[in-house]
Amino acid sequence: MSETPLLSIRDLSVSFTQGDQETLAVDHVSFDIAKGETVALVGESGSGKSVTALSVLKLLPYPAASHPSGSILYKDTDLLSANETELRKVRGNEIAMIFQEPMTSLNPLHTIERQIGEILKLHRGLGDAAARERTLQLLNQVGIRDPEKRLDSFPHQLSGGQRQRVMIAMALANEPDLLIADEPTTALDVTVQAQILELLAKLRREKSMSMLFITHDLGIVRKVADRVCVMTKGEIVETGPTAEIFANPQHPYTRHLLAAEPKGKPPKANPDAETVMEGDDVKVWFPVKKGLLRRTVDYIKAVDGVNIRVCAGQTLGVVGESGSGKTTLGLALARMISSQGEIRFCGKNIDQLSFRQMRPHRRALQIVFQDPFGSLSPRMSVAEIIQEGLRIHEPGLSAEERDATVVDVLKEVGLDPETRFRYPHEFSGGQRQRIAIARAMVLKPRFVMLDEPTSALDMSVQAQVVDLLRDLQKRHNLAYLFISHDLKVVRALANNVIVMRAGKVVETGTAEQIFEAPQTDYTRALIAAAFNIEATHGGVVSE
Amino acid sequence: MSDIQAKTEVEAVRREVARPFLSPINQRRWKNFKANRRGYWSLWIFIVLFVLSLFAEFIANDRPVLAYYKGEVLFPVTVDYPEEKFGGFLAVTDYRDPVIRDEIEANGWMIWPPIRYSYRTPNNEIPEAAPAKPSWLYNRETRCQRYPGGVDDPACTIGNWNWLGTDDQARDVLARVIYGFRISVLFGLILTAASALIGVSAGAIQGYFGGWTDLLFQRFIEIWSSVPVLYLILIIAAVLPPGFFILLGIMLLFSWVAFVGVVRAEFLRARNFEYVSAARALGVSNRTIIFRHLLPNAMVATLTFLPFILNGSITTLTSLDFLGFGLPPGSPSLGELLRQGQRNLNAPWLGITGFLSLSIMLSLLIFVGEAVRDAFDPRKTFK
Repeated sequence: MSETPLLSIRDLSVSFTQGDQETLAVDHVSFDIAKGETVALVGESGSGKSVTALSVLKLLPYPAASHPSGSILYKDTDLLSANETELRKVRGNEIAMIFQEPMTSLNPLHTIERQIGEILKLHRGLGDAAARERTLQLLNQVGIRDPEKRLDSFPHQLSGGQRQRVMIAMALANEPDLLIADEPTTALDVTVQAQILELLAKLRREKSMSMLFITHDLGIVRKVADRVCVMTKGEIVETGPTAEIFANPQHPYTRHLLAAEPKGKPPKANPDAETVMEGDDVKVWFPVKKGLLRRTVDYIKAVDGVNIRVCAGQTLGVVGESGSGKTTLGLALARMISSQGEIRFCGKNIDQLSFRQMRPHRRALQIVFQDPFGSLSPRMSVAEIIQEGLRIHEPGLSAEERDATVVDVLKEVGLDPETRFRYPHEFSGGQRQRIAIARAMVLKPRFVMLDEPTSALDMSVQAQVVDLLRDLQKRHNLAYLFISHDLKVVRALANNVIVMRAGKVVETGTAEQIFEAPQTDYTRALIAAAFNIEATHGGVVSE
Repeated sequence: MSDIQAKTEVEAVRREVARPFLSPINQRRWKNFKANRRGYWSLWIFIVLFVLSLFAEFIANDRPVLAYYKGEVLFPVTVDYPEEKFGGFLAVTDYRDPVIRDEIEANGWMIWPPIRYSYRTPNNEIPEAAPAKPSWLYNRETRCQRYPGGVDDPACTIGNWNWLGTDDQARDVLARVIYGFRISVLFGLILTAASALIGVSAGAIQGYFGGWTDLLFQRFIEIWSSVPVLYLILIIAAVLPPGFFILLGIMLLFSWVAFVGVVRAEFLRARNFEYVSAARALGVSNRTIIFRHLLPNAMVATLTFLPFILNGSITTLTSLDFLGFGLPPGSPSLGELLRQGQRNLNAPWLGITGFLSLSIMLSLLIFVGEAVRDAFDPRKTFK
């Protein structure tokens, strides 16, 4: 570590005022970043890590946010007391930032050339031609193929990984001394995540940049960071060199985080178990229409001839990158979208049934969605949310009986039944996912489609939800269709796995077969990205 | 099926009683609304004025509220008594007639409302040619000079004052303002409520089902909203006798369109929310999804819009009245008052009264609207 750190955060506090309530989001935090060093800020959602990072560039919603104490020294200037003009010189020029969601942080109406060129013209005063040349150079650096062709593309024409590369190119445009990366890979596929991390590491080495890396994923931290600061509830509880923290964690919270990986084994695969859900040559083709008469000229084959079988008490994991058709397959099986091919549920053909005819079957066929923040109606209390299905499928129940059922199911998913009159926004992400699971479980289903139920959750909460799901499966002999891009979770839960790519199944087998002896390059690339965060090259996976 | 549903609804209502009246999110909104002092007070002032105007017959009327005649209690405000009851010969009693008045006073008593004029009662005793100035601008002698008994005439009392003067047909302006305010607000409220009902349903259906339904409806609305409403009203006014409900109907035909846009957009957005998919996966019917999950979202946009639409409706009615294509002649209306003010520039109390009553009413509503908008804005913070 050099003598004077590049960035030095001293005793920083951030508080938010809403109405007469004041919340302290960051509580007397101090850390340094030396030149060329990568510091990772690790913590679960709500721990204040993003707020800390945003206050470096004063990007918080002032005046609702305020700093009761502290200073942020960048090259010996205090950024907290700097005025807007001074800040503008630093922002994007000396300190650059990459955000979590590449789609929303790029302006959808500007071409790539304009987005990157804007910063160059603003901070460097480059002319059009010079800016264009520099833009091409930057795009080359961040590994975008055929950058000349990409200059006129709009953000929506790029894939998630490419968008994040453009964001990085924008951040690098003025060769900043410090790069703040706020969960830069959370919204990306594991395979793309590995590529982006590799790119960031390479660029950092070449330019000897410092980096403040914010993440909740300890696997990434181990890969990229020199030093780690562990944050919880607005405080840094432990800080030290990465190797040391991982080898010898001191604080109980750090130990808790390190132990949080989903563990445990799924029940043994049982080939004799009764088949609950079966799909034969399932196809979901979306027509592409062109011309005045909207004739169908082509199809987007989201799911293209998939055979699938899910047995009682067993879990079938469906893995693949985003866009591979996993969720579409699940929705087709649950008859939420129309599809071709035979679908048998409990021995009955359900592929021709109308929405109304499906109704009696819905009870035994439940879905748990990815985002527990989006899947619960914000205007209904927990009890109302859970009761909704009961009102349809068991209209004979009295209010008291319904209430008793809700209490039972809440106990079953590990929530306090007293909280049933509260509204979803009063619960944490993990608790909300438990509510969503309770909503499915209250109907005593036989088949549950789990659409990435853990990917919006923090690591430690993921493990708890996985335990809960496994426990419920054992108790009720449930059949799960578990859709996920996170192979760690799949390994903890699934006994059979199918690997999907571009709507087709590329590999299928028991979990041991897939994880221990993958047959295709694609599966191997997925596994390398998920467990070792290693990128695979050669076009096997998407960019 | 509907039986069962009705039963579950009843139970739902019963269950909700146990919980606080407002959900936490609505409590927060109400708090935010109250935090806007101007809007909050405007709401109260408006409510008080509106409720008072609902009882206009008891405030400004040419009949007594209560009368006692020959051992009988009479309610002339609500009951039409023929004049022969008091020894006259007309079908409807004119209580302001000195003969009838003296007859009743001799055999009992009368309690008059504070203003002894209805919106259509001419004051036959004004000291100069109509329009007459407000009574407090005359001295007692001038004020009473046309009464048979002069200064000593019992009818020359404060109850017979024209507080805001009279119009060019010698009718009391204050009485007309009170009745006019009521008819304007009622018209606005009914029109807004009816357009909201139609507009929200149309928007909901378009947004929820999308596709062809949406496309056809949208094209229809584009054509429909390009119809020139004013000319249509002129044409219809020539065929049908203009009245409160005919005007309401014609304007309703076109005003519901204002709501469609916001509600449709809200539904298009919200129908892909995961909790809507979740409800669909539970087997919830389209109707229930629309009412339980989507409508509350759209109501925020609608409620924010409502006070402004209400204002727009009132303004439209007033301008039609001003042009003479509105309510039938003789009806109390603020637009008609403005027209009188324009015609009688020598009587500024007409124009000033019309202007003030309209601008106060519209400002109050706009202040309420602003406060509602702020209360529903989740990002707005209040200090």
